[in-house]
Amino acid sequence: MLDFNAVVPSIPYILKGIGVTLQIVLGATIMGMVLGILLALCKIGKVTVLRIIADFYTSIFRGTPLVLQLMIIYYAIPQLFDINIDPMPAAILAFGLNSGAYISEIIRGGINAVDKGQQEASLALGIPYAKMMKDIILPQAMKNIMPALMNEFITLNKESAIVTVIGALDIMRRAYVVGGSNYHYLEALMIAGVIYYIMTLILTFLGKKLEKRMSRSD
Amino acid sequence: MIKVENLHKSFGKNEVLKGISTVIKEKEVIAIIGPSGSGKSTFLRCINLLEEPTNGVITIGKDIVTDKRTNIMKVRENVGMVFQHFYLFPHKTVLENITYAPRNVQGISKTEANAKADELLRQVGLYEKRDAYPNRLSGGQKQRVAIARALAMNPSVMLFDEPTSALDPEMVKEVLAVMKSLADSGMTMIIVTHEMNFAREVADRILFLDGGQLVEDTPPAQFFTEPKSARAKEFLEKVL
Repeated sequence: MLDFNAVVPSIPYILKGIGVTLQIVLGATIMGMVLGILLALCKIGKVTVLRIIADFYTSIFRGTPLVLQLMIIYYAIPQLFDINIDPMPAAILAFGLNSGAYISEIIRGGINAVDKGQQEASLALGIPYAKMMKDIILPQAMKNIMPALMNEFITLNKESAIVTVIGALDIMRRAYVVGGSNYHYLEALMIAGVIYYIMTLILTFLGKKLEKRMSRSD
Repeated sequence: MIKVENLHKSFGKNEVLKGISTVIKEKEVIAIIGPSGSGKSTFLRCINLLEEPTNGVITIGKDIVTDKRTNIMKVRENVGMVFQHFYLFPHKTVLENITYAPRNVQGISKTEANAKADELLRQVGLYEKRDAYPNRLSGGQKQRVAIARALAMNPSVMLFDEPTSALDPEMVKEVLAVMKSLADSGMTMIIVTHEMNFAREVADRILFLDGGQLVEDTPPAQFFTEPKSARAKEFLEKVL
């Protein structure tokens, strides 16, 4: 039988996980964006070595399970370098490195979708490559890929639940702990589910607003 | 002065330009005409190295454009280009389109760049559109903004690559009028065009290209009345 009364006192404890989840998602997003842009520039650039490295990086992070990457960073790096890494930095690092690979593909596609004429017009005006990318090409690419990027962030927000395996006290982990303490797993996990769902709705809403703002020039 | 010597351009095995030589003097207005696929646009795009020539030498003023040591970006600041499809920056307003390169490439102050842009916008009759985004403009208006954008760099030469070919017929006139007044003001212009009447009226010389070769290089009066080559005759019979 469902008995939410048993878990109600623990709801504030679960809610505190929102901060943890957001920290991971935000940290990973920033890292993923920076990395994604750099990798995308390597991929479309003329330097073969950089292109190969970027492609290899992407194939590794897309070709192995995220939970494996997370555990390697959390357990294997301390073993290798004799340093301790807390669950939170490990989680941000793993998610950031991973989403960098995915975001780089999204951005690469976005850059390629920008009319080649934009580059020609920039060249004809004598605009240097870096400025052209930063001010002319990337802003247009970003606008086109906004929906895909939002999708990536929403996925990241949900997938962050796997940090549970390294013991980071996010929403998921807390729900699990509450469930374990009184054997009302279902109720606790359902509350976690509702929280994730609401977070996704809010992110979707914010994404739509951002898209709208960016389409001022349409 | 622009000097083109023995210009060759191949795309893979396809030789598009087969050794073109000509000299374009300051303040000259050149119309390049010819059938499609004759290499007109490629010729134009070689001048500012949007296409890299396979062979030959191009000199603009003192700069040997085709020399690897020449800073081509510097040369391009001095060579304005207008494209068939405008290529305005869609995420920037008309004013920002015009002032971006002067401010970011030439390092001109915002006030000065804006003043210059306003002046150019008045010149092309679009001052009231200065804060609009390109998607709010008609094709003809976009092309006039594109011309203003190129002029904002104070180029000594303007290249036009079929500037009216993508326009609805009723918008062709307004763009040609801007180009005509530019020609009258003494700008050196090289225009790839299908507008025969405009070429006849405005150009000092017609370069007729066919099959990647410069078949004819004559003043318009002569070109349109008694072309020297059989190929030009044939072409004119089709288009006039």
